[in-house]
This record gives sequence, C-alpha cells and structure tokens, in this order.
Amino acid sequence: MAVVEDKAIPPGELKATDRFGMTSKRAAGADERLASTGKLTQWLRRPEAGAAGGLLATIIIFALLPGAANLYSLQGSMTFLTLSAELGIVATAAALLIIAGEFDLSVGSMVGFAGVVIGLTVKYWGLPLWGGIACAFAVAILTGYLNGLIVVKTRLPSFIVTLATLYILRGLSIGITRAVTGRTQIPYILEGVPDPATAGIFNGHLLTGLFHWMGAQGWIGTRSDGIPFVAGIPMSIVWWLGPTALAGYVLTQTKYGNWIFATGGDLIAARNVGVPVDRVKISLFVYTACAATLLATIQVMEAGSADTTRGLLKEFEAIIAAVIGGVLLTGGYGTVYGVLFGALIFGLVQMGIFYTGIDTDWFKVFLGIVILMAVLVNNYIRLKALGRGGGK
Amino acid sequence: MTERAQMSEPAQMTEPAMELRGVSVNFGSVRALQDIDIKVYPGEVHCLLGDNGAGKSTLIKVLSGVYRPSKGEILVDGKTVTFRSPRDAQELGVATVFQDLGMISLMSITRNFFLGREPTKSSLPFSRIDKERANTIARQAMADIGIDVRDPTQAVGTLSGGERQSVAIARAVHFGARVLILDEPTSALGVHQAAMVLKFIIEARMRGLAVIFISHNIHHAYPVGDTFTLLNRGRNRGTYAKSDISRDEVISIMSGGEDLKAVEAEIAGLLAQIGSRPPAAP
Ligand SMILES: Nc1ncnc2c1ncn2[C@@H]1O[C@H](COP(=O)(O)OP(=O)(O)OP(=O)(O)O)[C@@H](O)[C@H]1O
Ligand SMILES: [Mg+2]
Repeated sequence: MAVVEDKAIPPGELKATDRFGMTSKRAAGADERLASTGKLTQWLRRPEAGAAGGLLATIIIFALLPGAANLYSLQGSMTFLTLSAELGIVATAAALLIIAGEFDLSVGSMVGFAGVVIGLTVKYWGLPLWGGIACAFAVAILTGYLNGLIVVKTRLPSFIVTLATLYILRGLSIGITRAVTGRTQIPYILEGVPDPATAGIFNGHLLTGLFHWMGAQGWIGTRSDGIPFVAGIPMSIVWWLGPTALAGYVLTQTKYGNWIFATGGDLIAARNVGVPVDRVKISLFVYTACAATLLATIQVMEAGSADTTRGLLKEFEAIIAAVIGGVLLTGGYGTVYGVLFGALIFGLVQMGIFYTGIDTDWFKVFLGIVILMAVLVNNYIRLKALGRGGGK
Repeated sequence: MTERAQMSEPAQMTEPAMELRGVSVNFGSVRALQDIDIKVYPGEVHCLLGDNGAGKSTLIKVLSGVYRPSKGEILVDGKTVTFRSPRDAQELGVATVFQDLGMISLMSITRNFFLGREPTKSSLPFSRIDKERANTIARQAMADIGIDVRDPTQAVGTLSGGERQSVAIARAVHFGARVLILDEPTSALGVHQAAMVLKFIIEARMRGLAVIFISHNIHHAYPVGDTFTLLNRGRNRGTYAKSDISRDEVISIMSGGEDLKAVEAEIAGLLAQIGSRPPAAP
C-alpha cells in the first residue's frame, strides 16, 4: 500500500515547491486560490439581494409617477405597509416551508376558515372572544398537523395534498356558515362582545401617544377633533415584523433552522445524518396554518365580521412573495428578509397603482413581470452562490 | 477460491459491538439481502467484499438505521435494538459515510459537518449554534485528514469530489463513538488523502472502535482489514480472518469470481487492434 508518508519529511526540511513547481499544502501560506471577494460581491451573493434591488427600483419608479406624494405620505405608507403586513405574515411562514421543500396551498382557505371559526364560536356558541380565537388556533394546529402527517407518511407531493385541503377548508367554510347563518358572511361579531383588550392585541395601534403628540405639534395630519389620521403603528405590522425577525433568527442561528435548510436541500441525506425531517416538516405545516389564522384574527378584529371568501389566492401571493424574496422553489435556500422585501414590493405596487390612477387591471401584468424577473435574478444568484455559471 | 471452514472467529473473543442475525431486506420483489449473519468486533476492521450490486451498501444501511430489515434482528453490545431512524443508530455511536456521501450541496462545510449534532451555546430550545466553535472544529478535522479548507462557510456543492468525500469522512471520524462505517470512502480521493483515511481507520481501530470498510481497491482494503466478509447476490458467503485468506483470494472475490486474466487478455487484444489502425484524422 501507499505508505503514509506524513512523518517521513521532518517539518524543517519541508520545501515550498519541488522540482515540478508544485506547492505543498502544508508549506503554503495564505491560500492563493482564494480570490479576494469585495464587500459588494459578497452582498450581491446574498439571497435577498435581488429582492432588495427590486424594492429599491419599485420605490423609485412610483416616486416618479403621479400620486407619489399621496403614496409616500404617512397615511399612504401605513396603508401599503398594512397590505404588505397582511401578506408578509403568511409569506414568512410559507417561505420557511418552501425552504424545507414543501408547499402549503391551503393557507388562503385557512384564513377564511379560521375567520368562520371565530365568528361562529363567538356569535353562536357564546364563547368569549379569546375563546373563539383559541378555537381557531386549535383548528389550525390540527389542520397543519394533518397536512404534514399526510405529506410525510404518504410521501405524496404536498402540492396535491394541500390542494385537497384548500378545497375542503373553503367548502367547509361556506357550507357550515350557510347552514348556521343562511348566508356566507358573519357580520357584527364584536357587537355585544365587550373585550377591547383582546381585540386591541390584533387591531390596535402601537405608539399612539407618540402619534398623538406629533399630531398636536402639527407634524402629522389630524382630524378636526385633533385625533391624527394615523393613530399609531397598526398591530398587523407588529405581527408581521416580530415573527419575521424571530423566524430569521431561528432559520440562520439555530439547530432547527439548520434542519430546515437540510430537509429542503436533500431530504434523504438529511434523514441519513439524523435530522428528524418528518418533525421539521410537520411543525412547519402547523406554522403556516397558524400564520394564516393570525391573519384571519387580525382581519376579523378589524372588520368585525367574517367572510367565507377571505384569504382567496393568499397561498399564491405568499409563494410569489417568497420567490421574489429569493427563496428557491425547489427548497434548501432562501432568507426571510428577502420575503420581507417581497411582501413590501407587493404592497407597494398594489397601492402605487391605485394612487397613480393607472387601471388596476395592470397590477397583474406588472406582478407577472416582477415574478419572472425575480426568478431569473434568483436563479442567477444561486448559481453564483454555488460558484458556477458566469465564470468569474 | 478454496473451500474453508466457515466463520473463523477473530482473535479477540469479546462481545461483538454490532451484530446482524438472519437479516433479510426486500425492496418490493428485489431481494437485496437474504439471511445475513455478521458480527463486527471492537478494535477490528471488517471489510465487506463483493461485486457491484452484491448488497454491501444495503447491509451497512441496515446497520445505520436507514433501512429496517424485513426479517431478522440487529444487536448492539449483545442487546437487540430497533432503529426507527438513522438518528437512533447515531445515538448508539454508529457513524457512517454513505456511498452517496449524504452532503447537502447548498449548505456550508461547517453546517454539513455538524448537521444533526449542532453545538449550541446553551440547551434552551432555540439556542444559538456556536458557529465559531463549529468552524474551528470542522476546519481542524478537515486539516487532520489532509484537506486544507479555504473557507468553512463555503457551500459543499462548490467542493471537488474528493474534498466533499473528505468532509463526510472527517464528520464520521469525529462523531463515531462505537462503530465507524465507511462505504467506499476512498473512491474519489488522491493518493495522499486516501492514505490519510487508511491511517484514520487504523487509529479508530486502535481506539477500540469497530470499523466496517467497503472498498473495491485491494490496496486499500487488504492492508487495513482484519476480517473479510464476502457478499454475493445478497448472501453472506463467509467471513475470514486475514490469516485465513490471501491477497489473491481477496482480489478474486472483489472481481466477483470473474477471471481477471481473461478480461485483461481481451483488453490487450482490443488495444492491439487500435494500435494497428491509424488514428482518425482531426
Ligand atoms: N432502494 C432500493 N430499491 C430497490 N432496489 C434496491 C434499492 N437499493 C438497492 N437495491 C438493489 O439491491 C441490490 C444491492 O444494492 P447495493 O447498493 O447494496 O449494492 P452494493 O453491493 O453496494 O453495490 P456497489 O458496489 O455498486 O455499491 C442491487 O441489486 C440494487 O439494485
Ligand atoms: Mg454500494
């Protein structure tokens, strides 16, 4: 056999190069093969770089169009931020699931169903508001668990399994609501349910004192009674940014986050090195269902009613925000910060088109183009990250 | 090869670190393993020999908890165990380098190295991974094997085949506590790295680990092996101590009983044909 020649050469006599001009690994100093990468290149290689650039471009485009003053006013900003938040809450969860290699197409229906659960339990069962919300989350946990369990046990594509859940939940929402109320909406849920504290957690505002003070100073617009148009930072934004920051931490800093990447990156390899891939997936299905329920709760508290059509197409919007945000549809790659940018682009474009007075039909065209560009950019960035494609 | 008395026990008469009794594995109608008995002892390098498709990888996957046997039992230190997942096997100190490596290309060297066993800063549920410590250990483990890692945060997909194999080996050597399983670990390695791996195998053996080593390379398998088990078409055709089997016999087993001389003669004939023909014009 080849003798292990490691000890054969005394370290002192180690020559840097031999007569073939080869550099011995141990004699070599700083690795000359490692081309120095600039800060900019490193930053561009981050998965959210594309989305950040896209957001910047969108902001600039709308700043140049008519209606910019309204769009970027405090009120206008809060409106598009709220839209972004409502999408972002589910998109962050959807993104983690996509990174783990699965889809949940039932989140939109879950939004509708959770609203119905709150409405019926509070209005027809006489549960307190917090009890109705707790019921909705219990249903979400069960739904997410079942979605995950079926996907994991049958190894069917989650696309199909959750497509079934999409129809079942939407059908149940409409069927049950119609059977109980005779209509497809449950209005006046909050009437006669005096629980402002619980409702405030979901539809209140943060920093109201500060905004009131700014109103009094005349810095921000106020109504005739002195109350500012924007009472504070809507709770939906808090419910978006808080969990997103937490998800970002979990994904990049913890063991569980490592397992999410591994599960989506290579399921079999991950399982073989001991990652509990089934538990990872099931827990993320539970997370997406709960995120949908959080959104449903916010909407019910804001509108005071439940509607069986709520959350329609949210599953696709969530996937779009994730893709724009640099999450790889095939799994194993992405960040939640990119998804944050994705949701921002979404909200900004939706409101921007409204304020510019462009026919809103064009929103879909614009969205389609953005998606296509995002996918192209992300694909390019991923190849870069792997050091392939494009040579240098 | 000559007929011999079966199952000559190795010199040390301790309890096997791991044992399979009457194990069969079926994939649908494919019978990958049939009625396998095998014992691996602490402080022993046990080579699995056999042709492509003989069932070597399937066997080590049973030992690693990847496949559950259709029949038969697995024993660790004399006690019957059931592996519900590879994690169960790992917790009993079994570390494996799979033939397909089990690396996740989009993840960094360090993240791959510690995957499933991440060092955290505290035992709280969502505690931070200790990245500095992880990077240092991974870099050191790779250096020990003779690969000088440029950047431990580099994606594994960007490594060369041999470098990737080295990560998998370094990982198994680092975490293997009782049994170290290597499924063709040297197939993509350079001369130096392959030698380092053999050195590691011997070191692990000296530390009292049971090592299972699969290789198609006689120069790798014969020098380090203490015991040789011959697999053929999913069956165990015998286990031999090194003193009972010659290098040439091992070669003949590795080639699946094919007459190498005949194949070599055929190749020589083909080469002669090529030599007598002018090369195609450019
Ligand atoms: N998941 C599977 N499903 C169906 N058949 C399988 C599966 N895994 C292995 N087999 C079959 O079992 C047999 C043994 O395969 P195995 O991978 O154990 O061979 P091996 O001895 O490792 O071969 P090699 O030297 O080529 O690695 C082969 O015929 C293979 O086709
Ligand atoms: Mg094999």
